[in-house]
This record gives sequence, C-alpha cells and structure tokens, in this order.
Amino acid sequence: MMDEKQSESKKHDNINYDVIDRMDSFNAFVKKKNTLLFGITAAFLTFYILLPILAFTSVLQQQAIGSITWVWVYSLALFIMTIILCMIYVKMAGKFDKEAAAVLAEYKKAGVSR
Amino acid sequence: MNLVSAGFFLGIVGLTLIVTYIAAKRTSSATDFYTAGGGLKGWQNGFAIAGDYLSAAAFLGVSGAIALTGFDGFFFSVGYVVANLVLLYMIAEPMRNLGRFTLADMLTARFNEKRIRGVAATGTIIIVILYMIAQLVGAGALIKLLFGIDYWVAVLIVGVMMTTYVLFGGMTATSWVQIIKAGLLLFGTFLLAILVFKQFNFNLLTMFSTISENYGDEYLVPGMKYSSSIDSVSMMMALVLGTSGLPHILMRFFTVKDAKTARSSISWTTWITAIFFSLTIFLGFGAMHFVGFDAIIAENAAGNTAAPLLAEFLGGNVLLSFICAVAFATILAVVSGLVLTGASAISHDIYGEILNDGKLTEKQQVLAARIGSISIAIVSIILALFAQNLNVSFLVSFAFCIGASANLPVILYTIYWKKFNSNGAVAAMVTGLVSCLVLGAMGPNIWSPTGNAIFVGDPLVNLSVPAIITIPLSFLAGYLGSVLTAHKVEKAEAERVYQEIRVKAHTGVSVQDVSH
Repeated sequence: MMDEKQSESKKHDNINYDVIDRMDSFNAFVKKKNTLLFGITAAFLTFYILLPILAFTSVLQQQAIGSITWVWVYSLALFIMTIILCMIYVKMAGKFDKEAAAVLAEYKKAGVSR
Repeated sequence: MNLVSAGFFLGIVGLTLIVTYIAAKRTSSATDFYTAGGGLKGWQNGFAIAGDYLSAAAFLGVSGAIALTGFDGFFFSVGYVVANLVLLYMIAEPMRNLGRFTLADMLTARFNEKRIRGVAATGTIIIVILYMIAQLVGAGALIKLLFGIDYWVAVLIVGVMMTTYVLFGGMTATSWVQIIKAGLLLFGTFLLAILVFKQFNFNLLTMFSTISENYGDEYLVPGMKYSSSIDSVSMMMALVLGTSGLPHILMRFFTVKDAKTARSSISWTTWITAIFFSLTIFLGFGAMHFVGFDAIIAENAAGNTAAPLLAEFLGGNVLLSFICAVAFATILAVVSGLVLTGASAISHDIYGEILNDGKLTEKQQVLAARIGSISIAIVSIILALFAQNLNVSFLVSFAFCIGASANLPVILYTIYWKKFNSNGAVAAMVTGLVSCLVLGAMGPNIWSPTGNAIFVGDPLVNLSVPAIITIPLSFLAGYLGSVLTAHKVEKAEAERVYQEIRVKAHTGVSVQDVSH
C-alpha cells in the first residue's frame, strides 16, 4: 500500500485536478461524504450543547439513580456517544477510502484511453 | 525534598533525556525537526496527541475544579472528550492531506499569499504563548510545593528542560516525551481512581450518596461556578471547537504519513481521553471527601493541587511523589510541543516563507528552527516569571477561545467552501483574534467589582470566555469578506485552486507532493 503510494507520488505533478473535479463519480462521492459528515457533526454538536442548556433546568437536575442526577447520566451518554461515533467514523472512512480509490482508478483509466 | 520524590523526578528527567539523545541522531532535516519525518504510527501519534491535550490544566485543573465545584468542574471533561469528534469528522484527514508543517502551510495551499501566512502565524504565536505561560506558571507552583524551591528557579528548570528536548530532538523527542507522559498519566490516574473507588467499596451509588449527604446536593448539579446557562454554553463552545483550532494539536497530524493514520491517531486519542476524563470524577470526588475543601483551598485557591493531596492521603509520600512526577512530566511534554509549534510559526512561516520566500536550504531551515525554539522559550519564560499570580485556567480556556474563533472558521471554509477567498480568510482570522482579545479584556477575568481580578470595576461583557460571540462573528466576517470582495478575485484561477484542494482533501492523492 505504502510502496504503491510512494511510487505514485512521482506522477502527481501531472495530475489533472480539473478533470477529477468534474467527474460525476467524484462529485457524487464528495456530496455523499459531506452530507454524512456534516449531518452527524450537526447532530452530535446539538446533543452536546444541550447539556449546558438543560443542565440548568429541572429536567436534568432531578435524581436518576440513587443520588446520581440526570446531568451525570447525560454526560455519560455523551462519552458513550463519542466512542460509538468514533468507531462509526473509522468504519465509514474505510469505505470512503475505497470509493476515493475507485474515483482515482477511473481517472487513470480514462487518462490511458485518452 | 526526600529521596523518593527525587528518585521519581530524576527518573523522568533521565528517561526523557535518553529519548532526546536517541532522537537527536535522527534529526537532520526540517521535516525531521517539525514532523519527526512524518513516520509516526497511529497509536504513537494517538498517545502523543493525548499527551499534548491532557495538559496540567486537564489533570490538575479539572480534578481540582470537580473537588471544589462538583459538576461544574466536570463540564470541562465533557467538552474535552466530545472535541475529539470535531477533529475526527471535520479536520484531521483534510488537514493531513493539505498541510506540510504548520496551519499556515495548509491555508496557503489554497491562498498563496504572505498576508495569510503572516496572520495565521501571529495567531499561532499568541495561542502558544498564552498556553505556555499557563503551563509554566502551573509547573512553577507544583515544583515549589514539592521541593520548596523558589518559583523563578522552578520556572527556569522547566524552561531549560523543554528547550533541551526541542532543540536537540525536535519533533521526534517531543513526540516520545508526550507518549511516555500520556502512558504515565493514564496509569497514575487509573491508580488513584481505583484507590478512591476502593474506599467507596467499588460502588458508584455509595460514592455519589456520600458526596450528597456530606456536602449537599448542589455538588451533583451545576450552579456552583456557573450561574447562568449562557456562560457555560459559551465555555463549552470554546472547548469543543477550540481543540480543532489549537496549532499544537493540528501540527501533530503532519507527523503521520497519510489520512488513514491521522484517523487512527484520533481514534486512539478518543479512547485515551474518554477513559482519562471519566476517571476525573473519582479524583475530584475523592479529593473533596478525603482531603476536604479547606485543606485544598489552603494549599492552592484554584484547587490545582487537589490531585497530589489526594495521592498523599491514599498512598503516602510514595504515591504523592509519583503523582507529582507524573504532573511534572505532563507539563514538560505539553510545553515542549508548544515550543516546537511556536518555533514552526516563527522560523518556518515568518522567517523561512515570508522573509526568505521559502528559499532556505535544509541546513538553514534546521538552524532557523533551533533559533526560533530558543527565542520562543526565552520569551515565554520571561513572561511566566511575571505571571505567577495569574489565573491559569483562564489563560488556557482563553487559548481555546482564540483557537475556536481565529482558526477553526478559516480552516473549515478553506476546506469546504468554494467561494471562500483570501480576503475572507484574513477577515475571519483577524476578527476572531481581535474580538477574543477585546471582549476578553472587557470580561470578568480582568474586571471585578470586588477586586478579584486585575482591575476593579464592573465587567462590560459578563462572559468568562466570549466564544459564543466571537465564533459566530468570525464565521460572519469570513463570509462577508469573501462575498463582498468576490468581484476582485480572478475567478478562473480561484476555481482551479479550489478544484485541486477539493480533490486532494477528499481523496488524499499526492499527500507526498503537497507544497513541495
């Protein structure tokens, strides 16, 4: 993988970014990726910023389990969310890598036939 | 001073010097110096990012804040943990794909103008110095507490150590100091937490009910430190968005070979920080219960020595010495990273790229980097000598606020917004930086009617961290700056550059040839 990448890098000077940028497969890929990433980011930031807002209301100040109040439970949920979203990202990004590689392969193939 | 604590301290000093010695042999080019040759593995960089991230403010500050203010202190922990996701989802991979040594490199990949580099480097230097003063002041207080030596001697010792690591070992030594420190810190915190948990019979409910029965329910809900939602929302915004704008964190992404490794770095960091900050509950509550409010306050009004005092209660002098040595290592690792980042802005951005058009030879670059390291270290040491009585956590949260306001908006726009232009970039950075400094100067950390701050009087802006105003302001400035000057921009050329940025950011193609 690494060797392949390094040997490729020498050819990069003549990569035609304009062509890649106009490829349908590239644009579909970027659109899908950005929609997912921005969507999830907006969701977790919202969930996160609700903590300091709700924490000052009676909703989260009541006791949940024993003396433990809901603010702690909510915080714990944010910790768990962070771990889970981190694992989800790694998984998603693996797929993105493959799609990006497919886009580049398509570009190279088109370049050969041109 | 006694033999045990001297032993732990000398052990850490010795170990880090050996690392520096080995690293020095491998540091010959500018790439070695700034990025450890770009060859760190994911777990290594993950530990090193955690080493950068878990500063003394996080270890000593957060546990002390929880001990004194209960849940209000834990807000920090939540912010630091969730911040990893912003880095991971939005920043880490494009940053790796577009940059070389510094944040300015990444921005100038799109806008090749000296003013962009100049403004970005200035922001970096300001953040680095604020952050470093905070760490040095904390280090001075800690060493003073342990060995009873004068504050200025303590600051000088730390200053010499950090300069040594960076000067000889560059990024390789700095990274390994951070990796060692992160490991030690995780171990030390885990040990303390287990010992505290044992006292509560390994029962969370017992721990929480003991706190509420003995000290009152108010410790288990917010409100002791933050009286309003808006103040804490502003602080939380600075924490979660500021991390992705801190130059010493961003720089770490250039030490790995590709986006995939950058991703796995943050993945490691996320786990480490999530575990660490969960444990701060035990440290905070442990200190509150076993050391006691009065004893903590008596030693340090801000509670910065709560964790060491807890260690003394749980494990006597040996554990106290160990935890203090860990805290010392923590500070050393963070300040080394800061020195290196400051040097990259001074020597690479300003001296190399702006003053010499990037035409320095490899040898000159390394020499410039070393001189830059010494300069930034000296300036910080001198400032820290005068800052002994400043509120440390305020300086750190302020650095986060500047990162979130001056850097994050411009980074996001550069990667993701087609119509962004260099005028917008300057507008966003300058607005973020200036609004933070101005609003901060009018805030409650500078003005206090009761004389708790630098000046006596009512604060004009009653937010301890003005992020809730400054972040939107910076985004707005970036937007307006770009839209209003759109007619001045050479459209075809701007479009061509953005196509290249977009392809590189999303595919990682040509990571090796960026800005060469």
